[in-house]
Amino acid sequence: MTQQTLQKAPLVEMKNIRVAFGGVHAVDDVSVDLYPGEVVALVGGNGAGKTTLIKTLSGAHRADSGEIWIDGERATIENPRDAKALGIETIYQTLALAENIDSPGNMFLGRELRTRWGTLDDSAMESATREVMARLNPQFKNLKVPVSSLSGGQRQSVAIAKSVYYNARIIIMDEPTAALGPAETTQVGELIKQLKAEGIGIFLISHDIHDVFDLADRISVVLQGKLVGTVNKTDVTMDEVLGMIIIGKLPSDVTQTELDDLHG
Amino acid sequence: MGAVLSCLTWPLQPINVRLALTDVPDTDREESPVDRGSDADATEPVSIATGRSRPLGSIIRSAEIDTRLLGMIGALIVLWIGFNIMSGGTFLTARNLWNLTVQTSVVAVMATGMVLIIVTRNIDLSVGSMLAAVGMAMALLQTEILPDIFGIGHPAIWILSLAAGIALGAAIGGLQGAVVAYVGVPSFIVTLGGLLVWRGLAWWMASGRTIAPMDKTFQILGGGARGTIGGTWTWIVGIAACVGIVALLAVRRRQRIKFGFEPRPMWAEIGIGAVACAVVLGATTVINSYPMPERLAMRYAEENGIAWPPGGLSIPLGLATPVLVAIVAALVMQFVATRTRYGRYVYAIGGNPEAAELAGVKTRWTIVKTFMLMGILVAVAASIQIARLNAATSGMGQLAELYVIAAAVIGGTSLSGGVGTIPGAILGALVMQSLVSGMVLMGVDAPLQDIVVGVVLVAAVALDSFYRRKVT
Repeated sequence: MTQQTLQKAPLVEMKNIRVAFGGVHAVDDVSVDLYPGEVVALVGGNGAGKTTLIKTLSGAHRADSGEIWIDGERATIENPRDAKALGIETIYQTLALAENIDSPGNMFLGRELRTRWGTLDDSAMESATREVMARLNPQFKNLKVPVSSLSGGQRQSVAIAKSVYYNARIIIMDEPTAALGPAETTQVGELIKQLKAEGIGIFLISHDIHDVFDLADRISVVLQGKLVGTVNKTDVTMDEVLGMIIIGKLPSDVTQTELDDLHG
Repeated sequence: MGAVLSCLTWPLQPINVRLALTDVPDTDREESPVDRGSDADATEPVSIATGRSRPLGSIIRSAEIDTRLLGMIGALIVLWIGFNIMSGGTFLTARNLWNLTVQTSVVAVMATGMVLIIVTRNIDLSVGSMLAAVGMAMALLQTEILPDIFGIGHPAIWILSLAAGIALGAAIGGLQGAVVAYVGVPSFIVTLGGLLVWRGLAWWMASGRTIAPMDKTFQILGGGARGTIGGTWTWIVGIAACVGIVALLAVRRRQRIKFGFEPRPMWAEIGIGAVACAVVLGATTVINSYPMPERLAMRYAEENGIAWPPGGLSIPLGLATPVLVAIVAALVMQFVATRTRYGRYVYAIGGNPEAAELAGVKTRWTIVKTFMLMGILVAVAASIQIARLNAATSGMGQLAELYVIAAAVIGGTSLSGGVGTIPGAILGALVMQSLVSGMVLMGVDAPLQDIVVGVVLVAAVALDSFYRRKVT
């Protein structure tokens, strides 16, 4: 933890979170935190429990035990609506878009703008979407077609635009670049830096260790539902993080031979 | 063919779609047909063969017309002309068309609700049985229970029985919806159970008796001798519809300009308005050229103190009440489906239930509401049905569920959810009824009628899925 982040109160503290599916502990006593203007990467192999952990914060899944504190206050998040009310926006791996509806419809889903007669104000929603898109992805102009006919990058833009528009304080990104080409990945990276500068805290779930080192400030590693540890990016090497992901040992405990074996 | 079709389905800036995917700068200018033509040729060489239809495509495209609907209207017109020729000119008569509108109304009312049910990836197989149960309850109320309290002919009778019917419909629909949404039983099973339960209930309520006659005022809903609004009011409705169409177009245009979007070209606005008004006024003229039967006209003349001339009088019957009810139901449902939050949620759930849930939509409650809405529409259809028959039997509405589902599906509703429109369902109901009515006019045997309707249903869906594959 750097000196600078220590001075601020944590934006999010997840304490001793446990989630079990049947007898299996998908998340077992994990604690992570996030400060304003910080990117914390959650990394780990498939099924390590990253997504399940983060779903308890976004309201998609309830924790069996543990506490979530937002801005130093105990928060109860039982569904996605509670999370949104706390300024938590999530960009899901599956993008979570309704394919048959156009971009403005998706961007405002669940929070539609309405006219004074209570009907949907499609023009206002289209106009707002156009404004946000001009900032995020200026080439993307065909807003009125169903999302199903958009490219991967355009869909990602819609998903991200959603969180940007609502002035989220905490953004959760689950594999935001998995479906994207190199140019679009760079674009998302730029966007994350921009959001950071605005003081937004970001949880980034990623498989791509290069992305993680490029974007994150701290890295939390999960293995088989348990937290291996949280490290500052500047204190570790990529190999050491890989060691945490695969062997489950902190850089201080791991031997050079074990690290060399990773490349074996 | 691909290019033309893809132009048709993305009415707004369709070229843009292709260009955006290939990262070519936006050159979607309608004024330069030469450029556009070469664009289309470059990306989609197949379209050369259909070069003749391209101007039509571009007209439709810049006018932003729903081409699926246009295709259905085309199919309906072909069907009508075909039947007219084969039946020796009896199909396209004012009398037959007037009857067609009345016969369509029951299925049309229910089909508007079925669209939303199917859009949410559900189905309601119980509507026919529900119609019998709700109809029977309303009939019993107005013939056996309420007259004892208020006396025969009291206005409270028809009001209360109608209100009770609608409440019962909403309750049955809500119950089925709750089992689907909260208990998690598939709607196919819940409503299959309902199909048996409500039919049994309808029989049990009156021990299988036929309940008749209905309250005199209630009978107006059925469109019988007194159930029409007359020539003058029909014209008023027709003209009001035209004013409404023009007002709607004007509001949309102002809205688009206000937010800085390019509005439809003026010629398109005027063209659409003119065509829509011509259709409405044309239909009004056709309806109004069906006169009252002589006996009814005589009584009308007598009641209104008009002298009976030797050649008889030609007094238009006007729009039948059930048709008016169906039109109002369709307008309300179209509004609900396209302009309200609830409607948006219905489509979102159909498109991606998980996404809707994650966006904070109360998906379960939305599904319960959809089934309740279906129940209310079934109650409306039931009141039309018992008023028309002037009786209620426990066998009413048998196979109605299949006609209603068929109407929705022929109208472009996709059983995989997320896709379907109210106007499509109305057209679907009209197509179904036209088929039946046309075959009756031609004297086709009942078994053959069923075969034809069945084949047309499958063929329509096959054509539709073929079309969908082409454009996506």
